Amino acid sequence: MSGSAINQIASPFASIGRATLSGFREIGSVALFAAKVLFACVTPPIYLRETWRQCGMIGFYSLPVVGLTAVFIGAALALNIYVGGSRFNAEQLVPTIVVLGITRELGPVLAGLMLAGRVSAGIAAEIGAMRVTEQIDALHTLSANPTRFLFAPRVIAATLTLPILVLIADIIGVMGGYLVSVGALGFNGTIYLRNTIDFLTPDDVITGLIKAGVFGTIIALMGCYQGDRSGGGAGGVGRAATLAVVGAAVLILASNYLLTAAFTEGG
Amino acid sequence: MTQPLLEMCDLYKSFGPKHVLRGFDLSVAPGQSVVIIGGSGTGKSVSLKCALGLIQADKGDIRLDGKVLKKSSEREEMRRRTGMLFQGGALFDSLTVWENVAFLLLYRDGLDRKTAKDRAIETLAKVRLGASVADQRPAELSGGMQKRVGLARAIIASPDIIFFDEPTTGLDPITADAVNDLIVEHVKALGAAAVTITHDMASVRKIADDIALLYEGRILWRGPVSQMDNSGNEHVDQFVHGRADGPIQPAI
Repeated sequence: MSGSAINQIASPFASIGRATLSGFREIGSVALFAAKVLFACVTPPIYLRETWRQCGMIGFYSLPVVGLTAVFIGAALALNIYVGGSRFNAEQLVPTIVVLGITRELGPVLAGLMLAGRVSAGIAAEIGAMRVTEQIDALHTLSANPTRFLFAPRVIAATLTLPILVLIADIIGVMGGYLVSVGALGFNGTIYLRNTIDFLTPDDVITGLIKAGVFGTIIALMGCYQGDRSGGGAGGVGRAATLAVVGAAVLILASNYLLTAAFTEGG
Repeated sequence: MTQPLLEMCDLYKSFGPKHVLRGFDLSVAPGQSVVIIGGSGTGKSVSLKCALGLIQADKGDIRLDGKVLKKSSEREEMRRRTGMLFQGGALFDSLTVWENVAFLLLYRDGLDRKTAKDRAIETLAKVRLGASVADQRPAELSGGMQKRVGLARAIIASPDIIFFDEPTTGLDPITADAVNDLIVEHVKALGAAAVTITHDMASVRKIADDIALLYEGRILWRGPVSQMDNSGNEHVDQFVHGRADGPIQPAI
């Protein structure tokens, strides 16, 4: 058998091998970047003014989009549970399932995904533009470490503000379900709220908030990582923003499963 | 001759198959202004970035006060003594003008914001910018004003070495001349060693003590600005007179 024939047969395997190696290289690169940034988040100096500013940019300005998402999800969830529950004469479960669904799962995941679009892309584009316009080089020449000055404040801010956003989203989502149930489905408002509160445990809320903290870290890390390695002008910045959103969304969904499994095993 | 403050010795740097620096040597003494000229893509910016440690040279030494910089702490020490004016200004969009100028005072030296702002306004006045711009964002300023803010940021901590990366690119001739005047004034006032890269021959004549022509990754000719027009080097002659015909091939 000739050399070229062997090469042709081996070609698909070589492609798989290259893709696998490239995947491992990417995972390693993200892991090293994350370790460097997380270390900077917990060791001084921490730029408090910049961190506070990022809390506003990431947390406060995300409130409208997270609130709107939550109210519509809560409302739609109530309708769906009502339709499904009515098949088993279990309509009365609507408030309980709405509150559990939102606090344990939909609140943190959907807020995380919305912020992956708004915040992760924004961070990647901002840092990518800073790299293209030599602002990152300027930071080095001004004795400032970009990891500490740019990345750590964003990661701290996203990790701290996403749980607060999710807590607000939980309340708004439950209210969305309440409005539809009382206004359109004929539920008694007082009984709806009592059922909501009676079946909700602190663990339901806390697990959702822990997830939100993890998702916040992922969102900011992916934005910073893709922004930092962007290049090639406007096209490179656009690509970085896209990759940041895709990476953050995939990692949010994957980590959501792992966290849910861990919380379920933990009781 | 005065002992050089900064020396770049036998620097080599390649990006893949492209060999950008091939034995680059340059030294600059305190109070001396050296301008590096050369065609586009010949490695002028790379040489500055190697000196600053923004790019790691494949081979060669950077020396400060005769001492080879090896450890990251030594490179950091060099950055503490260096100011840099970037081609596009590289001002931080998220900060106000005065916060940009006072960046070193705020984040490195830990000065309180009021004192730092006062120092920033003083330094802005030195580059002929009024206090009214202090609270504006860089995006609200013209290109010439951004260059002057960048210059103010570069000189606020009285550096021993200042790098200028194409300081007049994109400016009209009058504004460019004003920026050149400011560069000369402040380099002299600080007694700093200055290294500038530019294509602008008017700028070269104004700010240079010495000129160095970078060609094929190394300094081909270096001499005082007074000898620039009679260097006897055909490469220098072609570049100074801006002719397409000659030993240097146009970058197209």
